[in-house]
Amino acid sequence: MAYDSFSILKSSAVPMPIENVDTDQIIPARFLKATERKGFGDNLFRDWRYDKNDQPKADFVLNNPTYSGKILVGGKNFGSGSSREHAAWAIYDYGFRCVVSSFFADIFRGNAINVGILPVQVSPEFLHQIFEAIEKDPKAELVVNLEEQKISIVATGASESFDINGYKKHNLLNGFDDIDYLQAMKDEIKTFSVNR
Amino acid sequence: MSNSSKTLFDKVWDSHVVRQIADGPDVFFIDRHFIHEVTSPVAFLGLEERGISVLFPEKTFATADHNTPTINQHLPVEDPLSANQLLQLEKNTAKYGISHWGLGNPKNGIVHVVGPENGITLPGMTIVCGDSHTSTHGAFGAIAFGIGTSEVEMVLSSQCIMQPKPKKMRINVNGVLGKGVTPKDVALYIISKLSTSGATGYFVEYAGDVFRNMSMEGRMTVCNLSIEMGARGGMIAPDQTTFDYIEGRDLAPKGADWDRQLAYWKTLFTEEGAEFDQEINFAASDIEPMITYGTNPGMGMGISKLIPKATDLDGGVSSYEKSLEYMGFSEEDSMIGKKVDYVFIGSCTNGRIEDFRAFASIVKGRKKAEHVTAWVVPGSHVVEAQIHEEGIYDILTEAGFALRQPGCSACLAMNDDKIPAGKYAVSTSNRNFEGRQGPGSRTLLASPLVAAAAAITGVVTDPRTFL
Repeated sequence: MAYDSFSILKSSAVPMPIENVDTDQIIPARFLKATERKGFGDNLFRDWRYDKNDQPKADFVLNNPTYSGKILVGGKNFGSGSSREHAAWAIYDYGFRCVVSSFFADIFRGNAINVGILPVQVSPEFLHQIFEAIEKDPKAELVVNLEEQKISIVATGASESFDINGYKKHNLLNGFDDIDYLQAMKDEIKTFSVNR
Repeated sequence: MSNSSKTLFDKVWDSHVVRQIADGPDVFFIDRHFIHEVTSPVAFLGLEERGISVLFPEKTFATADHNTPTINQHLPVEDPLSANQLLQLEKNTAKYGISHWGLGNPKNGIVHVVGPENGITLPGMTIVCGDSHTSTHGAFGAIAFGIGTSEVEMVLSSQCIMQPKPKKMRINVNGVLGKGVTPKDVALYIISKLSTSGATGYFVEYAGDVFRNMSMEGRMTVCNLSIEMGARGGMIAPDQTTFDYIEGRDLAPKGADWDRQLAYWKTLFTEEGAEFDQEINFAASDIEPMITYGTNPGMGMGISKLIPKATDLDGGVSSYEKSLEYMGFSEEDSMIGKKVDYVFIGSCTNGRIEDFRAFASIVKGRKKAEHVTAWVVPGSHVVEAQIHEEGIYDILTEAGFALRQPGCSACLAMNDDKIPAGKYAVSTSNRNFEGRQGPGSRTLLASPLVAAAAAITGVVTDPRTFL
């Protein structure tokens, strides 16, 4: 599904300094029963966000009005576990367009890009600097520049570059997706399938 | 000289690249595509929105497993959302002419159990499914891994996905496994050493005596858990054990086709001198029956050990403490003797006949602890039939265990098989994440032998005391 293009994102960020945030936390399995890609944001981090009576847990960051923004900053090994793309849909549907971590699980990283979320992997040191900046000022802004492959902390001026392959970058900048690309090479694929 | 030597992984990967995109991923051809009711509906919807169709319907195989009930499967599914997903799978597969083993079909079962047992999974293939445990099929020397729903749509519409080639890791385990040490323990041991992110970015080949001497069921258990150390997948070079398992299965090649394919399969091994980005060695004798104590599969240890101190580990202290608090355990606790409320044997990790044989070997002639609720769930109807044929059903019944019907069940608790909040479950499944088996549930991952010992005694017990 083609998505909004991504170029420069300037936003405050929501800090989640927890390691190994798995996709079962991002969206528990019991909320995977929809047959359309709609409404998953309501159940983002469901069991961390709500108690068993469906009341918001005050100490969870998404329930704290001090923090907001289109960037989610997570601890090391973000998105491990299940391949459920619903995790990326939930993050997108909630309103995030970028997830920053010092390490991403492979399948989550791919799913994120495929739904139009930019996963930005930074060094552990830079991740620490981001958490510090947000601790100092919850409205501290980050700038994510995809064209330049650079992420900066506005308040401190600190910045770091991040990796993304040229093909995926081009897709995100233009809102293209892999299915468009594959449809355009169907004859080549058919020939390949016969010869192998 | 080593530069021209190829690994098993290289041989299979390179022969499936349709096009290499400069500074981008490979366009990667998929031989077999499995789908199930949960991660496919949005992909089919995507096809309709774009007005495109399924390119090779004969290369996709559907089974219903994730949200299906494990009792009374002959009755309509009560949960309307689950029932709708099952209906959509039926409609979508019918519309595009895709094979569908729905609820009630004698071929039905967990996707990673039914693929191999019907001869759909073969060496040298590329196999994907919208499920991370697709790595299971690597046991046959296939490249198999989990994908997201956007990629399911790609495979349906073009039989390809876009993948950068992962790095290569080889894990060697040599020596002889001790008494009561199963393939599950080998996998949990490796994950505990590498952590849940230790193999991220890699595709793993398992090699050495231990895997050579392992049955196909055992190899499937090991490859299944590759994703739990972050690897996209894991594979084992096919050998006579593999060929013997495949020969004669319903959809396996026959006659001249068999001979032709067998000749190719015999070329699928890592050549002498081929290079890996990382190579790790373990000794079989260091492995004992394993159990997890935390909220990710890397938080496991030998069953006789004490829970490590946060400061002895690499990770963040606060995340570790949060995990132990959730589990209700403390640093330096012994797991032996901890009370167990539920026991679950089943799942794509340990839902095959060998797992039920192992479970039965301990419960035979004994009784289930009264306070333990046990869910015994075969991976497929074929496994269920074997359980009856081999007399395992009678052993289970005499010991106070009921046999349920096939499905993913309490592994991810999408159906009614949910562990209640705060309760402890010894599970032969693959994930001990917070709430994985039901909101607030506490999971201890272990082998079928450890599960059986817990079911009999009602507490965490070293299974070697029964062997």
